[in-house]
Amino acid sequence: MKASVKGIVINTFRESARNKMFYLLVFFGILFALSSKVVSFLTLGDAMKVLKDTGLAAINFFCVLIAIFTGINLVFKEIEKKTVFNILSKPVSRDEFIVGKFLGLALTMLTALGAMSAIFFVFVALSGGGFDWGILLYFCMLGLELLVIVAISLLFSSFTTPILSFIFTVSLYLIGHVMWTFNEFKALLRVPAWKALIQVLYYLLPNLDKFNIKNEVVLGTALNPWTMLFSILYALAYIAALLALTVLIFRKREFQ
Amino acid sequence: MKALEIKGLKKSFRSNFLLKKYHILKGVDLEVEKGEIYGFLGPNGAGKTTTIKCILDLLAPSAGEILVDGQPTSSPAARRRIGFLPENPYFYDYLSAREFLFFSAALFNLSGAEVKDKVAALIHRVGLSGHEDLKLRKFSKGMIQRLGLAQALVNDPDLLILDEPFSGLDPIGRKDLRTLILSLREQGKTIFFSSHILQDMELMVDRVGIILDGAIRRQGKLSELIARSIQYYEVVCDHIAERELANIQANFACRDGYFILTLASDGNVNQVVESIIHNNGRIVAVNPVKMTLEDIFFNEMRDSR
Repeated sequence: MKASVKGIVINTFRESARNKMFYLLVFFGILFALSSKVVSFLTLGDAMKVLKDTGLAAINFFCVLIAIFTGINLVFKEIEKKTVFNILSKPVSRDEFIVGKFLGLALTMLTALGAMSAIFFVFVALSGGGFDWGILLYFCMLGLELLVIVAISLLFSSFTTPILSFIFTVSLYLIGHVMWTFNEFKALLRVPAWKALIQVLYYLLPNLDKFNIKNEVVLGTALNPWTMLFSILYALAYIAALLALTVLIFRKREFQ
Repeated sequence: MKALEIKGLKKSFRSNFLLKKYHILKGVDLEVEKGEIYGFLGPNGAGKTTTIKCILDLLAPSAGEILVDGQPTSSPAARRRIGFLPENPYFYDYLSAREFLFFSAALFNLSGAEVKDKVAALIHRVGLSGHEDLKLRKFSKGMIQRLGLAQALVNDPDLLILDEPFSGLDPIGRKDLRTLILSLREQGKTIFFSSHILQDMELMVDRVGIILDGAIRRQGKLSELIARSIQYYEVVCDHIAERELANIQANFACRDGYFILTLASDGNVNQVVESIIHNNGRIVAVNPVKMTLEDIFFNEMRDSR
């Protein structure tokens, strides 16, 4: 990796790592994951299943929150505070800047997720559960989903304000988790043009449900390795497409 | 080959709402020779910062060509030779001065032990020794400006572009910066700096370009611009009777025992001096009173209206 891109990656990671908000969200993520123990006491049935279920949901929620909040400010803040002048006036192309920013935030997210996962595994072990490979796989898939969310928020951050970026990213996140409704909705339509439009949207919008394997992990049902592989390739292709689009927009951007 | 060459640079913006076109630069032409200090002078809103942003590819020119050492600055490779200090710089406040300079060096793909020595030397050179590990959020404006200059020098640039480097500096900071800029010229660096503070510019620049309303109105060597701009002559004399002097030149004043005659720049100085000598007067001094850069600047501003 070029030293300039590496510099941007490290600086982006440093920026997040020295932000109090980041630590606050990581702290709450861990706190809520650990509070699943209380929920499991109050629930009838398999306490370990409830513990894993609510713990994973808490980590998922706070990681997504960190990804969105950090991502929407990523490029906007550089432009707003004019620190981007310092970078782009040097022999750094705009493409390298975007790639560096993405990798820096990806590193931040994966570090946060890694810390939360490690604490959760220790917690499960202390609660009498064993090491669960399924949960590790769940965290890997969550990591992929977070990278897609980071790429989405980076795209919006490159041309609009944080408030609009937040609205767009959250909307895509919510839509991305109900993509299965598109097929049902399409079946109800009669006009071919509308059907085609829904089909196009189905392929264009991020299908984030592909990364959700929580039910399989908690219930212990078998995972299809081919489906998993497809999800990984889907994530990589989607991120590449989003970064390419971000770069195209950012190349045209003027800094007044 | 010129250090910096700008030909027919134009830049327009469209307003967000009505898409009305605003012409900020209307054809800037300028040349900066290698090893000189070029002062880019103009009032606020004249187009100085827009020109600099076009040079650094932060803005895409609507028309024209910008070359640094013969290479277009739109290519990242050309920017390898440039050091830039933005106007009112703001740097990452969560970094220390040392971390920031390492980051700046990395952006030039510089790394390793060589950078470590260079960063230490730069911190010393801009007078920030003892503050290298302080977070930038605790830096004063003057310290930020010094750090800004250090990051602009981290790649040992051939061309240094400084946008309003004196703004916000106290007299000591301004003097230090002047000394530093002059020492950089002695090292053979080319310095292009914009300012609206005429006093600093007059003390340092070799050549000056005056930009008004998006176009260069006047450009040339400061010494030539000033030499061509004699406003009037002052002839100082004594040992002559007031009555005799009044016959030679009606317009004179008496100060500290000397007579001071004011002659128009196109007046016959030789004839007046000869007449004074002929009447047994003594010539103490003949002073051409030249325009200052400030006078030249305000004349250009008045003419452009």
